[in-house]
Amino acid sequence: MSATDDRALKPLVAVDGQPAFDEAWQAQVLALADTLVQSGMFSAAAWSDALGAALKQAADDAADDNQETYYRCALSALESLVAQNSEIDRRAMTGKREAWEQAYLSTPHGQPVELASD
Amino acid sequence: MPDFDAKKVAEIHQHLHSHLPSESALRVKALETLLVDKGLVNPQTINAWVEAYSEEIGPKRGARVVAKAWSDPAFRQRLLDDAPAAIDELGYLGKATAHLKVVENTDAVHNLVVCTLCSCYPFSILGIAPAWYKAAAYRARAVRDPRGVLAEFGVDIAADVEVRVWDSTAELRYLVIPQRPAGTDDMSEAELAGLVTRNSMIGTDRELGRE
Repeated sequence: MSATDDRALKPLVAVDGQPAFDEAWQAQVLALADTLVQSGMFSAAAWSDALGAALKQAADDAADDNQETYYRCALSALESLVAQNSEIDRRAMTGKREAWEQAYLSTPHGQPVELASD
Repeated sequence: MPDFDAKKVAEIHQHLHSHLPSESALRVKALETLLVDKGLVNPQTINAWVEAYSEEIGPKRGARVVAKAWSDPAFRQRLLDDAPAAIDELGYLGKATAHLKVVENTDAVHNLVVCTLCSCYPFSILGIAPAWYKAAAYRARAVRDPRGVLAEFGVDIAADVEVRVWDSTAELRYLVIPQRPAGTDDMSEAELAGLVTRNSMIGTDRELGRE
């Protein structure tokens, strides 16, 4: 078997050997999910079900089978569970996301980005 | 001049946006801010988690468990009987690993772990799951064609070796004890731990060797 053939047979190995997270937000998603499971906002099984459903939807939509897709699914699952299990609703999430964007856009580069108090 | 102005505005816009976090990062920041404001999470807990799992907690913990099982038959038996209690002896059982089953490779059996639903994984002793473990390609095929998947990892399982596939759930996760390599009788537990690969504890690696 040639080296080329050998590589062709190992697509799963090719995506290994990466750092734990590609970007900080990916780590924050799992940190929030694990912390909320530990605090009892939702169960580990509910997290697994929500993440599984998001991953299945991504696969059905033919999304790229990579870490970016995985963590986007994790974020969607987390937002759904928080919306279902707390007073934080979708509108609040969207509003706070806009507030952060405005804070970034209005803060001169090099200065710490802070959210104006509500 | 309108053209000049439009170009200038576009440049300023581009400059501003170059500092803007990604859409996903903004959504996570929004979620964290709301949860912190409601007192539902402590930001220090989140930061500590991220730091620990980015840099500190990884498969070395699992490797230490395996090396101890190889070196200490009584510990090995306790591990097979009640993995959480045995691992707790080493002081790093996370709550997420509270329901853990340890399965052992032998000459006749090879164990392979997958989570077909999502990515359940004993992360408090193996760290964050590798990208391939979370990939649909692995999750979909590990049960259907375990030998084919193993071949992709360069692991050929003899026809007379049974391959057992364990499908993880939120309630039950798995750790594989690979076979101790031959010719390692003189090695200390710490040296043995150095031979254990992350993939061997998931089952996508089988033959470990002396370095």
